[in-house]
Amino acid sequence: MQSKFFSSRAILFIVAMLIFISSCTTDGKEKNETTSSMDIPAKVEMKAVLTSPPNVPPPTANRVAKKLIVEMEILEKEGEITNGVKYVYWTFGGTVPGSFIRTKIGDEVEFHLKNHPDNKLPHNIDLHAVTGPGGGAESSFVAPGHEKVFSFKVLNPGLYVYHCATAPVGMHIANGMYGLILVEPEEGLSPVDKEYYIMQGDFYTKGKYGDRGLQPFDMQKAVDENADYVVFNGKVGALTGDNAITANVGETVRLYVGNGGPNLVSSFHLIGEIFDKVHVEGGSLINENVQTTIIPAGGAAIVEFKVEVPGTFILVDHAIFRAFNKGALGMLKVQGEKNEKVYSGELRDDIYLPEGGGIQSMPSSKEVPESEIPAKSIAERMKFGKRTYMHTCFACHQAEGQGIANAFPPLAKSDYLNADANRAIGIVLHGKTGEITVNGEKYNSIMTAQTLSDEEIANVLTYVYNSWGNSKKEVTPEMVKAVRNGK
Amino acid sequence: MGFLAKIVFLLVATIAANTAQAQDGMVEIKGGTYIPLYGIDSTTVTITDFSMDVYPVTNAEYLEFVKAYPTWQKSKVKRLFADGNYLVDWEDDLSYGKSLTDDAPITNVSWFAAKNYCECQGKRLPTIDEWEYVAMADEISTDARTKVSYNQKILDWYEAPKSFNKKIGSTFKNYWGVYDLHGLVWEWTIDFNSVLISGESRKDVDKDSNLFCGSAAVGATDLMNYAAFMRYAFRGSMKARYSVKNLGFRCAKDSSKKLKNKP
Repeated sequence: MQSKFFSSRAILFIVAMLIFISSCTTDGKEKNETTSSMDIPAKVEMKAVLTSPPNVPPPTANRVAKKLIVEMEILEKEGEITNGVKYVYWTFGGTVPGSFIRTKIGDEVEFHLKNHPDNKLPHNIDLHAVTGPGGGAESSFVAPGHEKVFSFKVLNPGLYVYHCATAPVGMHIANGMYGLILVEPEEGLSPVDKEYYIMQGDFYTKGKYGDRGLQPFDMQKAVDENADYVVFNGKVGALTGDNAITANVGETVRLYVGNGGPNLVSSFHLIGEIFDKVHVEGGSLINENVQTTIIPAGGAAIVEFKVEVPGTFILVDHAIFRAFNKGALGMLKVQGEKNEKVYSGELRDDIYLPEGGGIQSMPSSKEVPESEIPAKSIAERMKFGKRTYMHTCFACHQAEGQGIANAFPPLAKSDYLNADANRAIGIVLHGKTGEITVNGEKYNSIMTAQTLSDEEIANVLTYVYNSWGNSKKEVTPEMVKAVRNGK
Repeated sequence: MGFLAKIVFLLVATIAANTAQAQDGMVEIKGGTYIPLYGIDSTTVTITDFSMDVYPVTNAEYLEFVKAYPTWQKSKVKRLFADGNYLVDWEDDLSYGKSLTDDAPITNVSWFAAKNYCECQGKRLPTIDEWEYVAMADEISTDARTKVSYNQKILDWYEAPKSFNKKIGSTFKNYWGVYDLHGLVWEWTIDFNSVLISGESRKDVDKDSNLFCGSAAVGATDLMNYAAFMRYAFRGSMKARYSVKNLGFRCAKDSSKKLKNKP
């Protein structure tokens, strides 16, 4: 028995030596001989670098397949989903989405899944990159205070979602238990200048969007697929303002975009850019010149584009109410030289009068027709003003004047608004760009000039001043006229 | 007249049964029949009368136990019966230190330890079916599982971190007079490992159709099951030697007096 065992060991050793020698001498040749990714050897051990969003670990470039040790810790912890709104997230690695895992085809991943002792619940992980029952879920079911180890070989290149699959699965995903694992092809992905990690998810809270305090998960809303928040990287504003992702003019940017769901499909779009290349659904098929790419729940895509002009580019789910009312909005800030051939900026502001469009014609700044019925009282002014507000202002400043964190300043209890009515009139008349501070928060976006009559502006501002805890000022058409003429 | 008297007698008897509290901190639970999470209409579970501890076992009570039974002290326990997390936050064998309070439930104890604790008190751990039967009651009814607010309250707790160090009795008293079944810690049951959850919840649908036919049909009306799903998943992830920070226990006992059959 012993001699038999010994001889098989010896054979193994010789075979290993042969492989070693051949890999040293005929490097290129051996690559071609590898026909199946199952046969790629993975000998050397290496600890995987994991990153939290929006960062991505360094490329695998031309490294060979290895035995890759991945250590992932599960944490249940409280975070902020938007200003003043707390939520208990369940996370892989402490962030939503979970840490980014970057592998090379043929890697043998030894996965250590650790469930923190303070956690309440058992969890597991299903990696879509795994070939095997449950994608690893079966072998990784781990109680609080324990660690499970399992291993798998990555056989197919692509960008894959991982998530928790413990009952009730929907709830674990809805609380943030998802992330991305990238399997690079043998030659690695082509080098680019900037890489980022973005993942969309929908959240269901007991209170409505923006309701303050600790908001528990609402199972009924999740079952009804009625999301309160649709966000990138786990919270409103994770990618706006100071958190915006950045690039310089002339650079190529690659975004690894996933969608954790649990329910909604993303229509991923970058306002002001066209994706030069999209790895459709994260796989090998490449589409070119794409405006909006679909990312299914539990799916991903790799998008690449070169940035030609400076400015702020807005990432959205182009199911657009999600962007402006539920938080699915991020920013890419590009710095560098202007290129007026590619984009001129505003040249002229002309009045466009469509043929036969008597009703719809746009008023010029000099001859503004008064709206048909002037308001006779404050109550009427409020009534008319509310209508104008709902048509014109609501999309950005929101129904209760709460605005959208980091993008559009609030009108409710707004110190900036209440400080100066004439300034407010001026902003409605002429628009506003540049940084302002409202209630202690900095905002840097653009409000377009509104083509409203003096009467309409008086009404809508009166409505705003007399709502949501503001100073109860009445703005009259005369005040608007004075500001308009004072220009 | 005899009929009326009977009704009055019945009422009094019921009230007496509900308020009767044994000296040792237990209450009588009157048996009954119910459909547990995993059941379909034809699979009901019948619970016979038994009694249950009003509160989970506390740190102070457990300290007395390890004083009396040194084999269960932190440094002396056999690894076969309790893993490395057994009483992990205790300072030493006979002190749980300052971070844990006297009146908070004992946690980080294995099933073996919990079972032995109850046996040493002349009691036993409750069965899953008994535990679930008592835990489906809210303040006023024996079965509150269809109430949205009741389920939401339980789900809220499952999400709230670090509730293990709250005092016993800090949640509500249910219909049976039992406190803290939801809101402090998970609790061991004698047959926790009879739950067939493999960790691959979607596959479990085939594995044991009896256990999970409910999950195949989860719709809005099955909302009540989500909280129970989490309990069953939790039990499924346990092994008898595991000691977990959010897991404690309480004891039960067979009913001493046979409640008389219908009068």
